[in-house]
Amino acid sequence: MTDYILLLIGTVLVNNFVLVQFLGLCPFMGVSSRTETAIGMSLATTFVMTLASLLSYLITTYILIPLNLEYLTTMSFILVIAVVVQFTEMVVHKTSTNLYRLLGIFLPLITTNCAVLGVALLNLRQQHNFFESIIYGFGAAVGFSLVLIMFSAMRERLANADVPTPFKGAAIAMITAGLMSLAFMGFTGLVKL
Amino acid sequence: MIINIIIAILVLGSISVLFGALLGYAAVRFKVETDPIVDQLDSILPQTQCGQCGYPGCKPYAQAIANGESINKCAPGGEDTIKKIASLLGVEVEDLDENHEKDNRPKVAFIIEDDCIGCTKCIQACPVDAILGAAKQMHTIIIDECTGCDLCVAPCPVDCIEMRIIPETIQNWQWDLSKIPVKSLD
Repeated sequence: MTDYILLLIGTVLVNNFVLVQFLGLCPFMGVSSRTETAIGMSLATTFVMTLASLLSYLITTYILIPLNLEYLTTMSFILVIAVVVQFTEMVVHKTSTNLYRLLGIFLPLITTNCAVLGVALLNLRQQHNFFESIIYGFGAAVGFSLVLIMFSAMRERLANADVPTPFKGAAIAMITAGLMSLAFMGFTGLVKL
Repeated sequence: MIINIIIAILVLGSISVLFGALLGYAAVRFKVETDPIVDQLDSILPQTQCGQCGYPGCKPYAQAIANGESINKCAPGGEDTIKKIASLLGVEVEDLDENHEKDNRPKVAFIIEDDCIGCTKCIQACPVDAILGAAKQMHTIIIDECTGCDLCVAPCPVDCIEMRIIPETIQNWQWDLSKIPVKSLD
């Protein structure tokens, strides 16, 4: 049990996917200008990442490895991710049309969020078992959500701040992201895996 | 060797079929009911997304018409669009809203290039990216792309954009059959 909790904390804080491993930067910069969309995006990504890491674990363990088809992992993971994203898109469209319109193009673009494929491939490389895979996927998504929501909150405040002209817009966002990344380095060594 | 390839294709193929079936089921299960009339109205509207009707684009205006908004607010579409909408909805043809110009002969924007100061404001206003130019460089209109929505006229600080009527030539002249009165006999 402790192992699972440590793995979760380690994935969320220590090996944060966005700020430490630099995966999933496109939605991190793209949907972080408003907190409302950031929260919606976080929920959608959490759902996709957890489900994708679960399904890709099942597919590798029960289909690809017994048949000696390990070279198909990347391809089948992409397939899994695309399906899960499509499914999420349908569910979001059905349940909240407003959120669907707010997320817009970024919803199908979860497919190309490299963090999702990254989780599936890292699960395989670190030889996680079934529950570890789910926790790793979920932890990665929680880390992504945490950082995305914090960053969007900061950017909302930055929009009103008196920023020098050359730093306006994307420049100050990049600097903020860099500072956040530095801050997250403080978590290094919190959990030894 | 060949067997391996066939197995790989079969495995990936059956996974895909499985997922396809899942998505197909989800598409039916989570189907979103859209009002078909809105899509039909949207296809009649000229898709210039100019916002002259007071809505952010053609789709929102189509939505509004479906909810009872008056049908005479589309200036780029003009009389023809109003007639089509009226026949689709089975209502009376109305004249174009008086806020807009009556004259709906097709127009294109024209930049008086000597006066252009290169401020790029019209480029930002253009909904179809029909204006070419860069900051402090003279701009020009790509006539084939311009939909004549006149959104670029207002932002120009030096009033160097005007709307010019496209002269009728043999190439763009069209039969206007709807102007010929047809009487149906009982």
